[in-house]
Amino acid sequence: MEYIRPQNLKEILHLMKQWKKKATLIAGGTNVIPDLRARAIRPEVLIDISQLKGLSYIKEDKKKIHIGALTTVSELASSKIIQKWAPLLSEAANQLGNPLVRNRATIAGNLADGSPAADTAVPLLALEAIIVIQGGKEKQVPIHQFFVGPNQTVLKRDEMIKEVIVPKCNPNAKTAYFKLGLRNSMAVSVVSIAVLMEMEKTFCKKARIGCGAVAPKPIRAYRIEEMLENHELTERLLRACCETIGKEISPISDIRASKEYRTEMASVLLKRVMKRVTQ
Amino acid sequence: MKVSKTYPLKLNVNGEWKKAEVTPRETLLHVMRERLSHTEVKEGCGKGDCGACAVLLDGKPVNACLTLALQADGQRVVTLKGIGTPDKPHPLQESFIKKGAIQCGFCSAGMIVTAKGLLDKNPKPSREEIGKAISGNLCRCTGYKKIIEAIEEAALKLRRTKNDRR
Ligand SMILES: Cc1cc2nc3c(=O)[nH]c(=O)nc-3n(C[C@H](O)[C@H](O)[C@H](O)COP(=O)(O)OP(=O)(O)OC[C@H]3O[C@@H](n4cnc5c(N)ncnc54)[C@H](O)[C@@H]3O)c2cc1C
Ligand code: FES
Ligand code: FES
Repeated sequence: MEYIRPQNLKEILHLMKQWKKKATLIAGGTNVIPDLRARAIRPEVLIDISQLKGLSYIKEDKKKIHIGALTTVSELASSKIIQKWAPLLSEAANQLGNPLVRNRATIAGNLADGSPAADTAVPLLALEAIIVIQGGKEKQVPIHQFFVGPNQTVLKRDEMIKEVIVPKCNPNAKTAYFKLGLRNSMAVSVVSIAVLMEMEKTFCKKARIGCGAVAPKPIRAYRIEEMLENHELTERLLRACCETIGKEISPISDIRASKEYRTEMASVLLKRVMKRVTQ
Repeated sequence: MKVSKTYPLKLNVNGEWKKAEVTPRETLLHVMRERLSHTEVKEGCGKGDCGACAVLLDGKPVNACLTLALQADGQRVVTLKGIGTPDKPHPLQESFIKKGAIQCGFCSAGMIVTAKGLLDKNPKPSREEIGKAISGNLCRCTGYKKIIEAIEEAALKLRRTKNDRR
């Protein structure tokens, strides 16, 4: 296996074009290194982008936050800009893996890996983030179109994530991220839910809901969003939402949990998140 | 059998530049232990679950088993021995001993490295913050209470000596 450390974006793109399937990008390496060891991947060349400082930033303009691909999950959790304008993302970042992993794990690595449980994907779905992909030319893909299936995204072999754009959250919006893992720290979630709600007293003006580990990819719960949006929030409506969530998701059984348990837990978790955001 | 290519590696370990020829697959953990004789970096799970292998990489605590050696090329690595030695122990090392925060000792190197990373960033952490900071470091013996107390005590001592110097 060869190892190359490109110095800038242009070089990375050139290398990816040249090596295509034979190459693997490595950022924080927290997915790639275990995969290499397990021989789940057998690249001929590793393209190491971890030291490219130019791709690690959190900037804001009037309406949006721009997050560089190599920004670490710790940086997401501690950034003042994110805490202020997208607290849902910092709350979720704080629950990914453990503090040592978070110092290496990057936002783009988490998204590109395409895990249905990816802890940054779920809040970014609720926040309606946009993924900036750089290949031959640059394109912007809304995050709900980015994931295709288990560990599959729209990324082509010669494309990479350059940036994630997050629209600034309305300061009055209420948000929460709840994650259920097998152990408290470092557990990949069994079910996770991110909620964003804009309320006027008891009237819901806007609802966005992201769900993790309950379908082949991280998903939006569109049906629940519709049930809530432009409706008066009542106990009855909330109960109906918790019942409906089971129909919206398509969880699998795996070593971490059964399908039935995941469905049940999705409902319980939705109830808890809703309670927090509506309090 | 395919022979993997090797690449030159330069690491600043505890203030000293070290060189080695390594393959891309080799982790920082492997290179530290097997090639540079830094066996104070411990190998537990080898997959990011236990924190025994924690080192400071450019000042931040990370799992050496989840970092390729070549990814650390040109950077500063600090291990337990870089924090303090038996002749010149760091307050963290002293308080770990004094408070009985070390039983079998397997987790201690990683714990102290992680705690150093925390105190460098946050000299006055609450108990809760300490608990969170070491949540990627497993200890099967102590039940964490004494470890948290030891870190708290070291933080206090460090703040005092800093104030004395002013
Ligand atoms: C102990 C442990 C606990 C974990 N816990 C969690 C958890 O709770 N929640 C969770 O979501 N994840 C968890 N993970 C998984 C992992 O840490 C995260 O997914 C992390 O964010 C991956 O980022 P990375 O930079 O390390 O990715 P890498 O391993 O470097 O890369 C991951 C994938 O993304 C590709 N890639 C990287 N950067 C780019 C880019 N810019 N453009 C295109 N492709 C790219 C790589 O080629 C690779 O396929 C855990 C991992 C470990 C080891
Ligand atoms: S050996 Fe690295 S985390 Fe366990
Ligand atoms: S003292 Fe034995 S594992 Fe911590």
